[in-house]
Amino acid sequence: MMSDGVEDEEKWLTAGIAGLQQNAFYMHRALDSNNIKDALKYSAQMLSELRTSRLSPHKYYELYMRAFDELRKLEIFFKEESKRSCSIIELYELVQHAGNILPRLYLLCTVGSVYIRSKEAPAKDILKDLVEMCRGIQHPLRGLFLRSYLSQVSRDKLPDIGSEYEGDENTVMDAVEFVLQNFTEMNKLWVRMQHQGPAREKEKREKERNELRDLVGKNLHVLGQIEGIDLELYRDTVLPRILEQVVNCKDDLAQYYLMDCIIQVFPDEYHLQTLETLLGACPQLQPSVDIKTVLSGLMERLSNYAASSIEVLPEFVQVEAFAKLNNAIGQVIEAQPDMPVFGAVTLYSSLLTFTLHVHPERLDYVDQILGACVSKIAGKGKLEGKATKQIVALLSAPLEKYNDIDTALKLSNYPLVMEYLDDSTNKVMSNVIIQSIMKNKTHISTAEKVGALFELIKGLIKDLDGDDNDEMDEDDFKEEQNSVARLIQMLYNDDPREMLKIIHMVKKHIMSGGPKRLPFTIPPLIYNALKLVRRVQSQDENGSEDETSSATPKKIFQLLNQTIEVLSMVPAPDLALRLYLECAEAANDCDLEPVAYEFFTQAYILYEEEISDSKAQVTALYLIIGTLQRMHTFGVENRDTLTHKATGYSAKLLKKPDQCRAVYACSHLFWVDDQDGIKDGERVLLCLKRALRIANAAQQMANVTKGSSGSVVLFIEILNKYLYFFEKGNTQITVASIEGLIELVTSEMQSDSKGTADPGAEAFFASTMRYIQSQKDKGGATGEKFDPIKV
Amino acid sequence: MVLVLAIGDLHIPHRAPDLPAKFKSMLVPGKIQHIICTGNLCIKEVHDYLKSLCPSLHITRGEYDEDARYPETKTITIGQFKLGLCHGHQVVPWGDLDSLAMLQRQLDVDILVSGHTHQFKAYKHEAGVVINPGSATGAYSSITYDVNPSFVLMDIDGLRVVVYVYELIDGEVKVDKIDFKKTSTATTTI
Repeated sequence: MMSDGVEDEEKWLTAGIAGLQQNAFYMHRALDSNNIKDALKYSAQMLSELRTSRLSPHKYYELYMRAFDELRKLEIFFKEESKRSCSIIELYELVQHAGNILPRLYLLCTVGSVYIRSKEAPAKDILKDLVEMCRGIQHPLRGLFLRSYLSQVSRDKLPDIGSEYEGDENTVMDAVEFVLQNFTEMNKLWVRMQHQGPAREKEKREKERNELRDLVGKNLHVLGQIEGIDLELYRDTVLPRILEQVVNCKDDLAQYYLMDCIIQVFPDEYHLQTLETLLGACPQLQPSVDIKTVLSGLMERLSNYAASSIEVLPEFVQVEAFAKLNNAIGQVIEAQPDMPVFGAVTLYSSLLTFTLHVHPERLDYVDQILGACVSKIAGKGKLEGKATKQIVALLSAPLEKYNDIDTALKLSNYPLVMEYLDDSTNKVMSNVIIQSIMKNKTHISTAEKVGALFELIKGLIKDLDGDDNDEMDEDDFKEEQNSVARLIQMLYNDDPREMLKIIHMVKKHIMSGGPKRLPFTIPPLIYNALKLVRRVQSQDENGSEDETSSATPKKIFQLLNQTIEVLSMVPAPDLALRLYLECAEAANDCDLEPVAYEFFTQAYILYEEEISDSKAQVTALYLIIGTLQRMHTFGVENRDTLTHKATGYSAKLLKKPDQCRAVYACSHLFWVDDQDGIKDGERVLLCLKRALRIANAAQQMANVTKGSSGSVVLFIEILNKYLYFFEKGNTQITVASIEGLIELVTSEMQSDSKGTADPGAEAFFASTMRYIQSQKDKGGATGEKFDPIKV
Repeated sequence: MVLVLAIGDLHIPHRAPDLPAKFKSMLVPGKIQHIICTGNLCIKEVHDYLKSLCPSLHITRGEYDEDARYPETKTITIGQFKLGLCHGHQVVPWGDLDSLAMLQRQLDVDILVSGHTHQFKAYKHEAGVVINPGSATGAYSSITYDVNPSFVLMDIDGLRVVVYVYELIDGEVKVDKIDFKKTSTATTTI
């Protein structure tokens, strides 16, 4: 049925065009032979085709355009004719003899256009006559196109300022009056169109009607181009008259389109000066009008206007633009109780953008908007996706504008808006905040601000009620917590006291994060505290500061100890052990022996009780030995206890090669270059001998289990250690013992060469031997020392 | 001519939020042929960042690296040079040149790159070079005070390597270089 309709329409259009072309042909012939009477007759017959009511607007437009082209030719003829035989007044009378009203009016408009141009009568009279006469067509579609034609042929003949048609009694008022009247009539026709035809086709009709909107809107464009409309005329006449029509037509399609048209067509400074009138119309519109888009469009234009030049800003203040917009939004939201949250938030978001452009210094305005937003979203429960997106935009805008979280932290309603976000959006927003801080390298410098900030981003800091952690992708979780860790690096104050307060504040917040977050958030906190220790350790030597509030290394170490203890109970023993050792060395640098000893004790306890993986043990042990080797604060007793333990751990590692290496590493605990007290050659040798025994045992074990001797690499490593201490002047290491080792390695390698040759070991041995040779060749004391070694 | 970036001890995000912006703008994809990283990145994001600079990425494990698959030591041959890589916390005393030299002999390499101390170093030692690229983020270190961010770029050309050290001092990048020529009778022969 539908396709039949389309086919029929196509047929009717073809027939219409054929009729039109045929009459146009005769009209042309009459024009060529200057036969006015025939010309008028055929042109009227041609125009009769436009009387059809069978075509949809789209097809009708096609037909109209063909007629329009023909009418142009006719107009030229009229122009020439009026100069020759027939006066224009006669022509104006003559065309009125056409039998049908529609062709008659088209012809009248065409001649009218020539008439105005001839200036034989005042433009205003002719315009008035034409616009009145067009009332004769009340069929919406035909009327709209006829008036559109009138608008088209008259637009360059309006008595505008500077136009040749202005003057004497013709004023710009007449032009305005004419266009306004035509606009009003067209709008009425347009609105009435929806009531024509069966109700079931309403949707289709509305679609068609929407296609026609530009015919109506064109009048507003014409108004926008009239030079003579100054602010006064616009404010007192043009705008009120348009708005009257817009409000009274009570049609949502027309209202939405025309409001938007007004905003786009007239200049920004006019909008600014007539804000009250324009905004006053908004609550009067139909509830179904998408007013948020209209208002957003207006605010966007005004924002751009404000951004265009700093000179226009005083105007905004003068007309109290913010208050008016804010007020209007409030009224619209009140008048449209069904408006979704998304709509309201969009409005506030636009207002915020406007405010940030126009009144960047008015934080109170920004806060006010956020406050209004809070009251709108309060009690709405979970927000829909679109609304959430808008809120994120709303909250991000101040961050982008001020490039500074400090400013956002001053907004009392900012955290309240965050409250209403669902957990995942809260996280998104928290990430936006952190990104902003990182991008702008903002240093958050007081404990109070840090507290406010962590309160703001609490979605990342701890589990919120009803948060289901299991749903979260592990990589996303890591990324999120790593960004919190980065954030902690950005908290800084030059004043150690404030810095300590900041650290306490961070600690307070992150401690509620639970075992999953602590391994991410504690390390950066620890390092912040260790950096602070560095800063205060030198000034503490002066002593005698007021003890209660100042940041002393002791106080910081207490905090460090408590914090790492929490981490060890997570449990995260590997990480906790590393941090204890870092602290031990920091305490060492502050000459706090008991503190350093305590940290070591904690590390040892973790090593003994919590770290059971053999590979993890090896790494932990190297860290223990490496740190202990560097300690200078320990007295003999403490040092002995700790080194004894470390050596013991070394000999108890699971794999023999690991044992061997750890034990020879321990030799360095008894011989420290820059500490005269620690040069115990005998115990160095004991360690190396013990390492050698383990290497032997390792080799035997390899013999038994694999049927071949193990690698000689361990022996070469020990040989290198012998050489190391030999060179350092450890008298316990003798030339003979070195030679013995060289011999051992050489024979092992020879016996091994039948079976599993180890090219790595051979290269290692070769380069060791080269090293001995190069030391010999050096001459001087070193050369003398190495000289006795036979290779 | 081959450009090799040596970088390490970034400690992101434990001790530093990110690489210095100045370094980031210098390190662009497509210019570097190999990256050798001593470790302590510490997270995957940093690994991915380095990988984006250059797909040929060699990493050894630092004690804070979350990725346990990085090896303790690694050797790579680039042109005429054999390079050894190790984080360095396993070499006691930490940062001790003579102990590192033993590792250099053990790995049988011309150039040994290690980290851990956060103090950039580039020595000609015995028959080779020992390099520590320092900490690229200038991260806190219990070993070294007042760490400046630094990294090392090696330009390997035939038997010659030029080592450039980039250090960020008070917001300005300072460049130092040392030149090293390998003698043809050097370490790789058995």
